[in-house]
Amino acid sequence: MPFSSFLQFIVSGVTVGATYGLTALGFTMIFNTTGIINFAQGEFVMLGGMLAVFSMKWGGLPLPVAVPLSVLLVTAMGVGVDRLTIRPMRGKPAVSLVIVTIGVSILLRGGAMLIFGKDTHALPPFSEGAAIPLGGASLLPQSIWVVGITLAVLVAMKVFFDRTITGKAMLACACDRKAASLMGINVDVMVTVSFAFSALVGALGGVILAPITLTAYDVGILLGLKGFAACILGGLGNPFGAVAGGLIIGVLESLGAGFLSSGYKDAIAFVILLALLFLRPSGLFGKASADRV
Amino acid sequence: MSGSEPFFAGEGITLRFGGVTALRDVAFSVSKGTVHAMIGPNGAGKTSLFNVITGLYEPDAGAIRFSGKSLTGLPPHAVAQSGIVRTFQNLEIFTNMSVLENVVTGAHLSVKYGPLDFFLRTPRYFREERRLREEARAELSFVGLDADVSLPAAQLPFGSQRMLEIARALAAHPRLLLLDEPAAGLNIRETSALGELIRRIVARGVTVVMVEHDMALVMDISDRVTVLNYGEVLADGTPAEVQRNPAVVAAYLGEEA
Amino acid sequence: MSSNRGKGSAAGLAAFAAIIAAAPFLLPDYYQSVLIVAGLFAILSMGLNLLMGYAGQISLGHAAFYGLSAYASGILTTTFHWPVPAGIAAGVVLSGVTAALIGIPTLKLKGHYLAMGTLGFGVIVYIVFNEAVGLTAGPSGLTGIPRLSAFGKTFSTDREYYFVVWGTAFVLFVLARNLVRSRMGRALRAIHTSESAASVLGIDVARYKAFVFVLSAVYAGIAGALYAHFVTFVSPGSFSFHASIQIVTMVVLGGMASLWGAVAGAVFLTVLPEWLRAIEDYDILVYGAILVLTMRFLPGGLAEGAERARGTLVSAFRRKSPASAAAASGAEGRKP
Ligand SMILES: Nc1ncnc2c1ncn2[C@@H]1O[C@H](COP(=O)(O)OP(=O)(O)O)[C@@H](O)[C@H]1O
Ligand SMILES: [Mg+2]
Repeated sequence: MPFSSFLQFIVSGVTVGATYGLTALGFTMIFNTTGIINFAQGEFVMLGGMLAVFSMKWGGLPLPVAVPLSVLLVTAMGVGVDRLTIRPMRGKPAVSLVIVTIGVSILLRGGAMLIFGKDTHALPPFSEGAAIPLGGASLLPQSIWVVGITLAVLVAMKVFFDRTITGKAMLACACDRKAASLMGINVDVMVTVSFAFSALVGALGGVILAPITLTAYDVGILLGLKGFAACILGGLGNPFGAVAGGLIIGVLESLGAGFLSSGYKDAIAFVILLALLFLRPSGLFGKASADRV
Repeated sequence: MSGSEPFFAGEGITLRFGGVTALRDVAFSVSKGTVHAMIGPNGAGKTSLFNVITGLYEPDAGAIRFSGKSLTGLPPHAVAQSGIVRTFQNLEIFTNMSVLENVVTGAHLSVKYGPLDFFLRTPRYFREERRLREEARAELSFVGLDADVSLPAAQLPFGSQRMLEIARALAAHPRLLLLDEPAAGLNIRETSALGELIRRIVARGVTVVMVEHDMALVMDISDRVTVLNYGEVLADGTPAEVQRNPAVVAAYLGEEA
Repeated sequence: MSSNRGKGSAAGLAAFAAIIAAAPFLLPDYYQSVLIVAGLFAILSMGLNLLMGYAGQISLGHAAFYGLSAYASGILTTTFHWPVPAGIAAGVVLSGVTAALIGIPTLKLKGHYLAMGTLGFGVIVYIVFNEAVGLTAGPSGLTGIPRLSAFGKTFSTDREYYFVVWGTAFVLFVLARNLVRSRMGRALRAIHTSESAASVLGIDVARYKAFVFVLSAVYAGIAGALYAHFVTFVSPGSFSFHASIQIVTMVVLGGMASLWGAVAGAVFLTVLPEWLRAIEDYDILVYGAILVLTMRFLPGGLAEGAERARGTLVSAFRRKSPASAAAASGAEGRKP
């Protein structure tokens, strides 16, 4: 394989991987405050892209308005999901909660199909301009947006966790839910915040990726799963590991599709996921933890 | 030397959680047929020690021997097989089962039928199930739980749930029973019944190690006391010795008075 | 109480057998193929309920085990001309062995890694069904699979096949019920509520979880092979993520930890779409709503609903005549 195509695979891998990373970040936030895996995470990503597409198509809004509006709407939906389905289930076994999030995910997907139909849609790129040549490969301007926004989210998160009371409280929830509530941290509020946050980063991931990979009502399943694979790769519960995991999966997937076969491209992330579950379930950057009794 | 090896002993047990050292070089020794109390302020590491003994936590260092065998590195179910069973500070009863089923589940290791017996319902299956239910009933009355045994276990009042956990543990026929704060949440009457129950358990030939905060109970029924503080052994001796130990008084008993 | 329960369950089984025997003669012929499919789903959801309802572990890839066996038996009997019973056996073994390979490492972990592991596995298998065209004939599907024949008899009519499927379902129901009411059933339910408490009582948690996972995959494998030799055609679409969710929904709707519920949920969700042709495309919304609403308002599913309804009836009845009501409730016994 010539170096230029190798470079091209890396570039597109990093671009897609950044969105996997954002999805993984969403899984991590909710896992940290609730201890459950939110199966609706992929649908937040799907909705981010779809709502932006349709606020332009049906609402006639310009892109710079449609994108933040869509992210906001999805964030509000994240809060709604928590309030309507998760909070009333407090104290129920984890299996029940996980099943509820599966139910929510199909409701969101089915709802999107009902309202928006089954077609595939593209969002226009955030900025005009031709691809930038880069050592024989070419770099889409949208890729720069994707990587830039992902980095910005990471920096914002770092500040949030280090500097704000809510952020510190969320980390405390992550370490020990029981102790956090004993210390007067309102776990309910933390859970809501984590849902809002997950929906927000998920929607961001969806909206920045939509100009590159197209979007449809059912893209959430695969995006969600790959985000989860990224999240395990980075060590479940570790936000920065999550993003790193996303990048790794994106690049491996892109290289795998290039070197091996594009038909099996979508299987690559899951082969990695299964291999990880077998070999190193605590992830690359995580450490094994014990249940508290 | 091997003839004088204690019934149950640990040494050098160290357990870390990230930066927190929950146990540091802990040693203890328990004689057969005694009641051994582990006391110490909250967070001293008592529950962590039980978790290490029962294989739920893997210690960073240390060795535990029981009845001439090493327990180090054994998974929880293997520790149970060797004859050590415990109760939990924050009650872990099976809320999806009836009172009786909880206790029958405790007898898991004593069941003498295999998959063919239960899939095909051989006479042995029925015989064993009948025996299990009878023994479970006997354990329930032994601990003084006379509630309706077909009731969902979650519907029992708190004090009865504590007794249910003890009955469940006894159904496993332990040689060593670990009780983690068995009196927590019990009223005075229930606590004195518990003291009497522990004596009867020892009379059955079971050695008891218990973590407890109720000093009256500890002083009343223990043969030996180990005091933990910040993950380290602060003192070890008879109840009277420990009570007189100035370090203990300062660190723990003083706080209570 | 225990002998009552024994009698009650024997009566329940007899009633179940009687309904199975009578149904094809009472319903129009058209329903026979619907009921065959319902029987296959009943087998699938009984198996999944052992895993999910009893042991508390979620599999989101059960359609993969269903499909592996369907394809294996289909390919072996069609391309390689194996006798059908040998194909079925090979399919079932393949599902079980694959489950062991996936389950043993994944189930050592605490938490819901199995859910994601099986979901990922399901996606991989679905992709392979589509891509390995040489073996599976790809998206267009494998055709010309022979109908079930064994001991020189071919089960060619729907009525004959109905009895094969529901006869199998009945046997598997009895085996599952026997498991549930044994040492192993108690161990699984213990694991469901507290792995720590289960393990310190001597229950080898990882081993039991792996066993029940393999068993549930074997149930799925049996259903899959029977499916292949009923419709004589398999294509990837029947074994997608959507199908896995369908099975989960049947278990949840019927009632977690209730075998009767698993059967009821499977029959209900197979027959319902036949009545509600209008929802066709949007059945996915119905499944989502069922999952969320059942978990929230009727966590024990239809089985709990039936139990409640019976309770209400009995107490209403009791108000009128105390003696006869007590007799009625005693005779019914408890359901597994
Ligand atoms: N699973 C765990 N993860 C992190 N820290 C733990 C865990 N279990 C116990 N600890 C810590 O170990 C110390 C001892 O706790 P514990 O054994 O519960 O004390 P005790 O039972 O004496 O009150 C505490 O600081 C506690 O926070
Ligand atoms: Mg404690």
